[in-house]
Amino acid sequence: MKQPAPLVITKDLIAQHNLTDDEYKKIVEILGREPNLTELGMFSVMWSEHCSYKSSRVHLRKLPTTGPRVVQGPGENAGAVEIGDGLCVVFKMESHNHPSFIEPYQGAATGVGGILRDVFTMGARPIALLDSLRFGGLDTAKNRHLMRGVVAGIGGYGNCMGVPTVGGEVRFDDIYSLNPLVNVFCLGIAHKDKIFRGTAAGVGNPVIYFGSKTGRDGIHGATMASDSFDDQSEQKRPTVQVGDPFQEKLLLEACLELMANDLLVGIQDMGAAGLTSSSCEMASRAGNGIELDLTHVPRREPGMTPYELMLSESQERMLMVAKAGKENDCIRICRKWDLDVAVVGTVTGDGILRVKDQGNIVAEIPAKSLADDGPRYERPYQPPAYQDMLTNLNYDAIPDVKDANEALLSLLESPTIASKRWVYEQYDHMVRTNSIIRPGSDAAVVRIKGTNKAVAMTVDCNGRYCLLHPYEGARLAVAEAARNLVCSGAEPIGLTDCLNFGNPERPDIMWQFVLAIEGMKDACEAFQIPIVSGNVSFYNETNGLSIYPTPMLGMVGLIEEADRTMTQWFKQEGDDIILLGSSREDLGGSEYLKVIHSREQGSPPYLSLEAEKVMQECVLNLIRSGSVQSVHDCSDGGLAVALAECCLSAQDRKLGAVVKLALGRLRRDAVLFGESQSRVLLSAKRENRQVVLDQARRLGVPAEVIGAVGGNQLVIYLGDEHSTTKTVDVPLSTLHDRWADSLERMLVQE
Amino acid sequence: MKIGVLVFPGSNCDHDCRHVFQNVLGQPVEMVWHKDALPAGLDAVVIPGGFSYGDYLRTGAIARFSPVMGGVKEFAQRGGLVIGICNGFQILLEAGLLPGAMLRNRSLHFICKDVYVRVENAATPFTSACTPGQVLKIPIAHAEGNYYTDPVTLAGLQANAQVVFRYCTPDGKATADASPNGSLDNIAGIRNAEGNVLGMMPHPERCAEEMLGNEDGRLIFASMLEAVQQIKSKLSIVGS
Repeated sequence: MKQPAPLVITKDLIAQHNLTDDEYKKIVEILGREPNLTELGMFSVMWSEHCSYKSSRVHLRKLPTTGPRVVQGPGENAGAVEIGDGLCVVFKMESHNHPSFIEPYQGAATGVGGILRDVFTMGARPIALLDSLRFGGLDTAKNRHLMRGVVAGIGGYGNCMGVPTVGGEVRFDDIYSLNPLVNVFCLGIAHKDKIFRGTAAGVGNPVIYFGSKTGRDGIHGATMASDSFDDQSEQKRPTVQVGDPFQEKLLLEACLELMANDLLVGIQDMGAAGLTSSSCEMASRAGNGIELDLTHVPRREPGMTPYELMLSESQERMLMVAKAGKENDCIRICRKWDLDVAVVGTVTGDGILRVKDQGNIVAEIPAKSLADDGPRYERPYQPPAYQDMLTNLNYDAIPDVKDANEALLSLLESPTIASKRWVYEQYDHMVRTNSIIRPGSDAAVVRIKGTNKAVAMTVDCNGRYCLLHPYEGARLAVAEAARNLVCSGAEPIGLTDCLNFGNPERPDIMWQFVLAIEGMKDACEAFQIPIVSGNVSFYNETNGLSIYPTPMLGMVGLIEEADRTMTQWFKQEGDDIILLGSSREDLGGSEYLKVIHSREQGSPPYLSLEAEKVMQECVLNLIRSGSVQSVHDCSDGGLAVALAECCLSAQDRKLGAVVKLALGRLRRDAVLFGESQSRVLLSAKRENRQVVLDQARRLGVPAEVIGAVGGNQLVIYLGDEHSTTKTVDVPLSTLHDRWADSLERMLVQE
Repeated sequence: MKIGVLVFPGSNCDHDCRHVFQNVLGQPVEMVWHKDALPAGLDAVVIPGGFSYGDYLRTGAIARFSPVMGGVKEFAQRGGLVIGICNGFQILLEAGLLPGAMLRNRSLHFICKDVYVRVENAATPFTSACTPGQVLKIPIAHAEGNYYTDPVTLAGLQANAQVVFRYCTPDGKATADASPNGSLDNIAGIRNAEGNVLGMMPHPERCAEEMLGNEDGRLIFASMLEAVQQIKSKLSIVGS
């Protein structure tokens, strides 16, 4: 055997691989020689920001990742949290922003494919998907095209897989026009003692490739995802992979069958950096090496070089380490599902990832160095000069609301608040027949068959709050996610994150990142919610313009009695409407200021984690004791929008409401549309009024009966005990018309 | 009643159908891999929803060539009950067990939502637990459910009461707007001339339990159960 002819590694070649001079020096040091081109490529993808977390790792370490329920924390394909009955939920969220901007359908579709593989690789059957999407305003054809493509891509993949897309959120802001966000969350169910991990244990065990053939698509996808965009980004289309959900469905069923038959030592999907990452990470976790022979790798086209084979990001491929002697059983099951399968290597004891092709050694790298010894940066950070300009807002310069009816209607039809029916009707959200709460309430809830339990899930982040104050914004995101779960009757048990930021080499962006991590840490510690998996997406900027810092959160909650779930809409005429929590002058960063006054300024709403915790405890007690009929959290658009949503969001029947709100010293718009935290709207039967008020008083949560369900209008009086003014009075039909079909009206335009 | 649920590569409502028959109705279920022969002793065959062969080429177009389909045809010819739901309906059309074809939905989008269907024929083994004209709320989830056939075939379906379900408004009017996908004559489900094969686009297995907030779909399965019991009791009378 001989080394391939050395190719001169030039400075240009190093730069093209997005490696710095120092990083290259370190590679030479590790190898004790210059790398060849294949090795250079392997290092460049593994040491990319996307795979190595080189800018984020030192900060991610601060996050709380442990807890009594945690079975698997960060570092594996997905996190796992125990839910009793010998079961775990396995979940993770991941971004596919860059590919979705270049090619929205395939970018989004393969995002779904990737996260599904992360979950079923762990031995879990995926039972729910959620998506968090960010687009620019729908007044441009390009943004409408992106949104249509992304939604169709998510549906196209998830629907075919038979995994329901049960919820999510979509928000709009022009800052995302050149860098939309597509974050996909997946949750699966596994037996606690049958979790599979990506480990290449046992020297001599066979390494088996299965799934689709390897093609030339997606080469350097991970490197692309670690770079900023400019006007030439369209040319990166070939780096986007093409998804085949049918193939993935076969892969899913084959994996679960392989796992049920006690054949495997370890397994990992070939995601970013394909064969390179799966092989070196599995070897590194076990402290072993792997010898791969590319000659056996199933390929889509002839003439592929080792460089291309090792870096391809063709979808729907897996690498497994089987128990020695079980190769034929593995191959038989893969063939049953019509998958390509081949033994491509062996686990070795020398810690080296050694790659051969046609009898030649084409790469020889210590697996651990490649997987784990990438650079770590403590990048400098400091607040941007414009930060004060953003937060300083003179409210005297903003007139109070005059026509509250019209303001409410404008908010209801603004795309961030409007009904997302146009989106979720394109997703199969009922397959697997577990969806107890379908899209359109505070959280999605799926039952766990064979138990009395159910799991609630939500994805949340208000990027505008995070722009105005990254620390507060991140705390607010954690609080809101937990509140959404609690409003559905669930106790939060775990969190996954997907941290979308701009270029970490810019100190102002790094400042946003560091503060957001601090905020998440403090809030998660207060609520005692561990972060068990996650993903960082940097370089979300185009032509130097960054997105809002968007640390997206996917939170999971447990409902012990599945028949005690709760929805947000009013249930019955005559029920009391009760407001928990109190209103402040929290107009900063509100949807109201943006939609009505075109301002994205001010300080985000005040949040006391203590008050929030107590309020959530109160809500959970009330739901569990069966004292309330509906529960809805107040968020975007404040109390008036929350009330309208309680009236409108039931599928079959709309119910009106008449309420009276105390004005106190606040502005009218602050009471109606301010986004004060720790507020929840309940409805309860009249006979339960005292139970609810007593429970709140016992815990020290402000609670007030503000009105009753009934009629065909939403009527809001503002005032004090002496005088009140009817400020809002809109027929339900008008509210519904502006809210329900707004997105569809915007998206039918070319 | 012993149910066979077919499993094609890409079937994804197979588990849901098994769950309904096995856990909700308490009947034994056998999952039948598409490359295997149809087992003996089945009382009914379910062709579940999903994306057999990825719906590549045309929905159901490849699945009809699966080895198991020969057995299904024989089973149907002998009078066995066959229900095809969603992709199962599409496969029955492609296999020639039911007439007609599916076009893309009028909106060109995949649509998942509750719809209302009117029971046009309550004298079938799949609808005997319903009353004629009863309105059922059942979810759909498909991109190609826009039923189409030629005028002669349509006239035949109408004349022979083969149209079993029509999309309608909540109060039972089969208006054009009530059809979610633009299907011909608001057709949501049809049976064959003999009456033992039913294809329907809505998913009754998704609304057969109280916990899911809707039990209308259960009527379909209860009807099948009753039909099988009747057939069996007739056989036992003949046999005695």
